[in-house]
Amino acid sequence: MKRLMIASLAFFVTTPALACEVFTVGDIEIEHAWSRATIWADRPGVVYLSIRNTGSADDALIGVATPIAGMPMIHETVVNDGVASMPHAMSVPVPAGQTVELAPGGYHGMLMGLTQALEKGDSFPLTLTFQSAGEVTVTVDVLALGATGPECGH
Amino acid sequence: MCWLSVPPDPNVVTEIVNRRTVLTTAAAAVAAAGSMLALGWWRSQPRNGRDLLPVPISDMDFTLTDHRGRSFAPAQWLGRPTMAFFGFTFCPDICPTTLFDISDWLAELGPDADRLNVALISVDPERDSPAALADYLSNFDPRIVGLTGALPEIEKAASGFRAKFEKLPRDGDYTMNHTAGVFLFDADGLFTSIIDFHEDRRFAIPKIRRSLP
Repeated sequence: MKRLMIASLAFFVTTPALACEVFTVGDIEIEHAWSRATIWADRPGVVYLSIRNTGSADDALIGVATPIAGMPMIHETVVNDGVASMPHAMSVPVPAGQTVELAPGGYHGMLMGLTQALEKGDSFPLTLTFQSAGEVTVTVDVLALGATGPECGH
Repeated sequence: MCWLSVPPDPNVVTEIVNRRTVLTTAAAAVAAAGSMLALGWWRSQPRNGRDLLPVPISDMDFTLTDHRGRSFAPAQWLGRPTMAFFGFTFCPDICPTTLFDISDWLAELGPDADRLNVALISVDPERDSPAALADYLSNFDPRIVGLTGALPEIEKAASGFRAKFEKLPRDGDYTMNHTAGVFLFDADGLFTSIIDFHEDRRFAIPKIRRSLP
């Protein structure tokens, strides 16, 4: 029911929704780049997005950079025996023809050393480096701290 | 052993050596798998079944402060079912996701949710003051109570829940590993079940309902 309501709302929305823009570099398409508001600047920010590899060769996300954080990195939430940890991920494989999600509870961009607290409605640039496709800068939209993702209506 | 008396065919020797290597490798793999199985078996053996389950709330003993600055003791939970989990406000991924899920469950439970105690117990009291918890929780269902306090009291709480947490140095700072599930207790304070982080959301509401009187 809820999903149906969201779907019908999306149908009538004419202005582009936040975090629904698509960014492209080579065979790589980035979509749904979003973040959560942080309560204070000393709390780390998070980045989620969706990476589609439309090509026929494997690629990998190997780095993230942004002017709004001193130490941006890629982490993966892992739950072992019920205990959650967030190890560094050196790279995120993006196999040919597949879509890989940086999403709640899995891979995510971790923004340590924010220059200021992230507020709902803010947006900031994030440069992603891919092993083959190279660099692309995307706009990340900040949603509420309690958000679980943008509604892009598709 | 007549075949030894003739000069060995180098191909045969290679074949034998290869086969031996394969056999040795296979034996080592079997041994390794065997010891892993043994380790798994050992780890899965309850030392004493009761050691692995949270104790009844009436047996828990800790004193914390809630996000509004009021003193809290577990006896305050008795008489109503309780849903509690461990987290911290420096956690950008799993904790907001869990809080969102809980807010969603509470909304779905409707008025029944008013009969629940819901708590986030900080595993990072060094950085999670009541004020930090209040700011963090203001983004979620207002029925969720944040608890923090002295580290030994947090340790006593975790021990009662049989939950684990661990401080890890990272890049000149630190992060916390912690038990991620949501614990459920009935109104008598008896443990009923846990909702694991990656568990199918459809199982959550029935589990919570089973804890309701």
